[in-house]
Amino acid sequence: MIDHTQIRRRLLKSGAALAALAAAGWFRPGTAAAESWNRGAFETHALADARRALGADNAQSGNIAFVQTPEIAENGAVVPVGIASSIPGTDSIAILIEKNPNPLAAIFDIPAGTEAAITTRVKMAQTSNIYALVRAADKYYVATKEIKVTLGGCGG
Amino acid sequence: MKAVLGCVALLAMGIAPALAAQSSTTDEIAKYRAALQDGNPAELWEARGEGIWKAPRGPKRASLERCDLGLGPGVVKGAYARLPRYFADADRVQDLESRLVWCMTTLQGLTAAEALKNRFGNGSGARSDLEALAAYVSSESQGAKMDVPLAHPKEIEAYRIGEKLFYYRGGTHDFACATCHGEEGKRIRLQDLPDLTTPEGARAAYTTWPAYRVSQGEVRTFEWRLYDCFRQQRFPELVFGSDAAIALTVFLARNANGAPFAAPAIKR
Amino acid sequence: MGDPMKIRAALMGDETEVKVLMSHEMETGQRKDGKGQLIPAWFIQNVTVTWKDKTVLAAQWGTAVSKNPFLSFRFKGGAKGDKVTVTWVDNRGDRRTDEATIA
Repeated sequence: MIDHTQIRRRLLKSGAALAALAAAGWFRPGTAAAESWNRGAFETHALADARRALGADNAQSGNIAFVQTPEIAENGAVVPVGIASSIPGTDSIAILIEKNPNPLAAIFDIPAGTEAAITTRVKMAQTSNIYALVRAADKYYVATKEIKVTLGGCGG
Repeated sequence: MKAVLGCVALLAMGIAPALAAQSSTTDEIAKYRAALQDGNPAELWEARGEGIWKAPRGPKRASLERCDLGLGPGVVKGAYARLPRYFADADRVQDLESRLVWCMTTLQGLTAAEALKNRFGNGSGARSDLEALAAYVSSESQGAKMDVPLAHPKEIEAYRIGEKLFYYRGGTHDFACATCHGEEGKRIRLQDLPDLTTPEGARAAYTTWPAYRVSQGEVRTFEWRLYDCFRQQRFPELVFGSDAAIALTVFLARNANGAPFAAPAIKR
Repeated sequence: MGDPMKIRAALMGDETEVKVLMSHEMETGQRKDGKGQLIPAWFIQNVTVTWKDKTVLAAQWGTAVSKNPFLSFRFKGGAKGDKVTVTWVDNRGDRRTDEATIA
């Protein structure tokens, strides 16, 4: 008698590992012709889920700096964020904004030869912690900073 | 001494910590503004505006390259720093936008309604040709010294009317421009308000419009700035290209004379 | 195909600094128009920057990247006259490629 439960368990186990790697967005199947977009991570609504989807549940602190990232944004539509990682072997930097509807804002793949430092601009729905998630030599590191979002002037 | 965060804050925190909190807030905002300077989306408008300036349009299939902005037909470099000014062909003092509309109707054959369509981009895809043109034309005055003329009787009259308007109190809140911009040290929430009655204040303010307003996601012009101030003062609508709008512009632009023009800028 | 990007590539010692301004609405899908209807999400999902056929940066973006995105980074290498190419692809499948010369 075939034990469907056992077979199902074994299939789920190996599939899950692959799925996790693929979901991490940093595992690109060789046959992929189109650009990959980590829907699973981008469409989460909670910081913890986004981190899990990126495989960064257990990120530790590391030598990551926020550069030219002001603590107060006069408007949440454009918040300058600069992240520089001094961790050797950095090959990916992600930006997460805790209180945004979807916390994951961006993932940058850093090939060898490119400085592990990125500057961009993000939208923040409200005052929130920003997380810089760095992957280096298959380990994950995180740094955080609070940015206050204000609404200026006469109201827009 | 600049106004601090508010009476309640003063009483609650004591003076020194309140002052320290306010100056670090000011510092952080200054950092925010500095960080924005690195890449100004207004450059995208400048490129589009240059394309519109050179494109043949309208029933007359003509480009704007014969448009006289005050320095001769087609001369764009340095023109914005010398606007508004009197134009004999229109027999009127015109600012940049009203002059562009004039050229669109006379050179290209567009109707005024067509020229004024989408005068302000709506922040989500409906773009304004006038804003793109303003970005392009003003960028060609970057670095030029503000040199608004005050010679022709109509220019002088416009300046005087603009000055009167600046101090004219009205609307439901009895505001004038001067209510917010007529004294040192005023602030709305976290924004310091320039005192436009001083040369320094007028220069700093006028030379940084047009600007990409991040809160609008659009390049906004001085016409827009005045229109929006009127809205915030609960005044009746400041009609685009009206004598009132131009008069106020003449008053404020003339007061900025001597300063190097810095726009298109980027602001919150 | 959207409007052209503004790309600046400058040699800084042994590195090339790349600054890009892209023209894109980056709609989150959460805003409502004047009639109260949701404006659909429309945003750049992938960005690739190459120099001499080498990918020097690849990015995946969500709706939280600001409208008219700005991006700045550096890579080792590059010489004056080399081309740096930037491509973006958005969630509608639209794409745009522009290049700049390293100055």
